Formats: sequence, C-alpha cells, structure tokens
Amino acid sequence: MGRIQLKSVTKSFGDVQVIPPLDLTIQDGEFTVFVGPSGCGKSTLLRLIAGLEDITSGSIDIDGADATDVPPAKRGLAMVFQSYALYPHMTVRKNIAFPLRMAKLDQAEIDKRVEGAASVLNLTDYLDRRPGQLSGGQRQRVAIGRAIVREPAAFLFDEPLSNLDAALRVGMRLEISELHERLATTMIYVTHDQVEAMTMADKIVVLQAGVIEQVGSPLELYRTPQNLFVAGFIGSPKMNFIEGEEASKHGAHTIGIRPEHIAVSDSEGTWSGKVSVSEHLGSDTFFHVHETGLAETITVRADGEVAFRHGDRIHLTPRADVIHRFDEKGLRIE
Amino acid sequence: MARAVTPRRKSLNTALAWAVGLLIFFPILWTILTSFKTEAQAIASPPLFLNFNWTLENYAIVQERSDYMRFLWNSVIIAGGSTVLGVIIAVPAAWAMAFVPSKRTKDILLWMLSTKMLPAVGVLYPIYLLFIRLGLLDTRGGLVVVLMLINLPIIVWMLYTYFREIPGEILEAARMDGATLKEEILHILTPMAVPGIASTVLLNFILAWNEAFWTLNLTAVDAAPLTAFIASYSSPEGLFFAKLSAASTMAIAPILILGWFSQKQLVRGLTFGAVK
Repeated sequence: MGRIQLKSVTKSFGDVQVIPPLDLTIQDGEFTVFVGPSGCGKSTLLRLIAGLEDITSGSIDIDGADATDVPPAKRGLAMVFQSYALYPHMTVRKNIAFPLRMAKLDQAEIDKRVEGAASVLNLTDYLDRRPGQLSGGQRQRVAIGRAIVREPAAFLFDEPLSNLDAALRVGMRLEISELHERLATTMIYVTHDQVEAMTMADKIVVLQAGVIEQVGSPLELYRTPQNLFVAGFIGSPKMNFIEGEEASKHGAHTIGIRPEHIAVSDSEGTWSGKVSVSEHLGSDTFFHVHETGLAETITVRADGEVAFRHGDRIHLTPRADVIHRFDEKGLRIE
Repeated sequence: MARAVTPRRKSLNTALAWAVGLLIFFPILWTILTSFKTEAQAIASPPLFLNFNWTLENYAIVQERSDYMRFLWNSVIIAGGSTVLGVIIAVPAAWAMAFVPSKRTKDILLWMLSTKMLPAVGVLYPIYLLFIRLGLLDTRGGLVVVLMLINLPIIVWMLYTYFREIPGEILEAARMDGATLKEEILHILTPMAVPGIASTVLLNFILAWNEAFWTLNLTAVDAAPLTAFIASYSSPEGLFFAKLSAASTMAIAPILILGWFSQKQLVRGLTFGAVK
C-alpha cells in the first residue's frame, strides 16, 4: 500500500520559500510524474516525501499515518537517484542486498530475493562485478534492483534516465513502465522531460516555482491545459500562442494552437506566411513559418511527405475545434 | 596542453630536485653514517665521509646499556593508541562537518586548527598538574590521551577533506535503504574513505611517533618511548656522538621503513581532493 498525502506542505531554505503551501494526494498504485523546468521545486518535493529534507510546515501522510517526523530509513520508500548512487566498494550482489541486510533479513531470504531481482533485471551475469565495471544502463538497473528487493510502499525516481544516452533512455522508459505494470506499486517520478511524463504517467503534476500549475492525466493536460504555462510546457513542438486581433476574434486575450492542429496548403488557408526553416524527421516535417502577422514564428507539424522549402509561401488553416483560449491572466477560458 | 620542456631544462630540473632532496636528507644520512664510526672518528676534523673503519660497536653498547625493545614497545603503544583513538573520535566529527554543516562549521574547523598554533609549552604547566592529580604521569594511557588531543585537529581536518569528496547522494541512498546513522558510517562512509583514512592514520602515527615535547616532559621510565631513548644518550657524561647517532638511528628506523613502504599511499592521501 502506498497512498501519499501532502497537506499544506511548505519548504524554505533560509529566507527563501521554495515550496509555498502545497496540497497533493497520490493514490495507491498510481504512477505520478512531477514535471517542470529546472529549479521548479520538483526534486525538492520528492526529497521532502523521501524525508531527505525536512518540511518547514504542513504534514506528510503515508498510508494514512503521519510520516512528517519519520526518518527516511523508516518511511518504507525506495529511491532511485539521478547519479544511481551505487555503493562503489560493493559488488552488484551486495548493492542489491544492502537494504535487506539493513532490514535484518536472514541470509537465505536475502539470497532468494537478490537472485529474483537480478533475473528480472537481466543482471544475473553481473552479480559479482563492481558498479565501476558496468555500463550506464546496467548501473541504472542495479539501482532499480536495490529499490525493488525490499518491496517498498512506493518508489521515488529522481530523474533516473537523464544520464543515459537517447536510445537507452527509451528502452529504460519501457522497462520502468513494465515494472509498474507488474508491481502495481505507487511510483513518483521526477523529470524535466515532458515526453517521459506523457508516456509513463497515470497522473502528471506540472510544477513551476514550487507551485502546482495543474494535475491530471497526460491527455487531460494535452487537451485542456488550465493555463498558458501548462499549455506551453506539455506537447512537442510547443503550442503556438497568438495575441491581439486574431485572439479577440475568438473572444480571448491569447489563443493557443498546437503545431499538429494546423493544416498546410500551397494555395489557400486562413493565414499565410513564409517558411523559414523546415525540419524533416521522416515521419513528420516541422515548418517554422515567419511573416504571418500573428506571432514571430508559427510552428506547424505536417506529414513527412509535405515538401516546402526555405522562402516558400505557405497557407495555414487551424482546426477550429482545438483552439485553446486564455484570458489576460493566462487562465483557460472554457 | 602540457608545456613544452626542453630535454636540457628537464635534466636541470631533475638535478635541482635531487640537490634539494639530498640537502633535506643529509642530516639523517650523516646520523646514520656517524652511528658506524668510533667516537674519535665521529668528531674528527675534517669530518670523515665514507673513509672510516665501519664498526657496529655503538649499537652493541646501546643495546647493552638500555632496553631498546621496551622503548620501542612504548612508542608503538603511544603512537598507535593515540592514532586509533583519534580516528574513532574524528570520524563522526568529520562526518557531521562534511554532511550536515552549519553556518559555524568553517569557524569551528579554523578554531580547531588554530589550537595547533599555540606553543605547547604554554599549556605544559596545567597539563603537568592535571597529570599529577590524575596519577597519569609516566603512564602510556596519559600520553595516548594527550597526543590524541594534540593531533585531533589534523585528523578531523584531513578526514573532513576526504569525506567532502564522497557524493552525498550515496549516503542518502543508504539512508533510504534503511541504514541507521551508525550503519551508514560503518558500511558506506568508512569503506569508501579507506584511502583517506589510511593516509590520515599513517601521517598521525608518524607525527605521534616523532612527538618529543610531551613524551619527554610527561614520562620518566615506565612509559618512556624512543624519543626519551634518544634523549638519554645526550646527557650525563657529555656528548657521545657515535652512540647518540646509533640510538637515533635505531629510534627512527621503524618509522623510516614504514614511511618508505607507504610513501605512495601517503602522497596520494595528502593530494587527495587537490587533484581529482
């Protein structure tokens, strides 16, 4: 069981308040992702849940019990760090066994669980190596192994994939998702990468400057971003924002339209402009369009076969049903 | 990019380094040579360098006149005891300073180090009186405590420097894995800091071994270490350089050998952190 509840939690470092009063509930078994730009307080929030930092005020409940003053060792949570934080002087076997040794399990049980975790994570052949002799992906697996053997109430991941190369990252992303499917344990995952957030999460918590901007499922955030920040942060390439006359036509201060919701044509359209850069990804093509009179650049996502070149005249038509409207404060207008 | 060094310049530098090295080592070399001379040859003018009749008679006399093994044993106990005790006290202290620093941590470190600037003789009187009261005069236990206290600032400072090099996330991982503070220090921090701790132990053992002021002032017979053994050859009948040299050589030999075998460890430990 791993239901985690934050009640009016704040955190200050000296006179600087990095987390203003914040309430959040993470349901048992849920895969929750904290996402936001660097310095938004997402890692601090995770460390508060872990107990590695003390909260300044408020309280944290884990499984209905007040855990505010419980030291990290007793919270029953496991954490995977960005740097993996493996014990360099111990073999893989000893690294994975360490939490079990600390829990004073008997040796037979420890061996059984370590072997089990190793086979799940394809580490059986590496059990007698030291972390220094492993690749980045293997180290990451050891860190995960160390977390799963003790069957924690919840897993905390602090940007676990940011030190891996792109191909490995996609692979590990899948492995972590599969792990969640199999264990059905609460997972809290911190990342600045919105693709990781979108692909893995049951629930995304978007943070900025210690404040929760929006909580919702990936598609909720994509379809109905509550404010300009979330609208701009979720989705790749970024949503286009248009102000002024065009926005007033829709009765809004700002309108937002995603690059994939704009149709392109060489002859007719609502708007027109000149292609400045076209990026061909094979499956898709991104056009960066200037001189539209709407915004400095309008980004459009088109089919991979569409071929416009630098300097070409292009006509754009937004899909009317997916135009997002925001007021002067940047809040969504329904 | 490395700066280009011409071969000529390189050999010049090497020669200079050797010259400085020999200059520093010369007194020790001279002591060792003198220990193999007769008393007459030892004070001959002009001094004899290698062209004398090598003899072991000084060693025989020293061996006969005093119980070298007893002094040696006292030195081992005092230097070893004070170092071990110091490390046991310094590890938690350095842990606290390195991983849970406060605003005053830097001040405390500097203040601790500043006690090393106090001339030892300034506190001789109070410590001597304390030793009389506590019945610690001429006991190995008393000296272990005093030398430990004298060297503690250095031990704490060195360990603090090594601990600072250990990534905090690894200790946090141990905490998340359910380790108590004691288990964290015992199973994670200490094994990871072994090279640093080893060179700290080594340096402090050498410092304690060579310490003469306190050992000479606070011991007489029972707890007298090798420093007192050397000193005993400089006194009553006037100076006998050859015998004094033989005693000195015997006193410094163990530490010289230890230093020789561990020089790599020592240099690595002392430059740890400076070069990553």
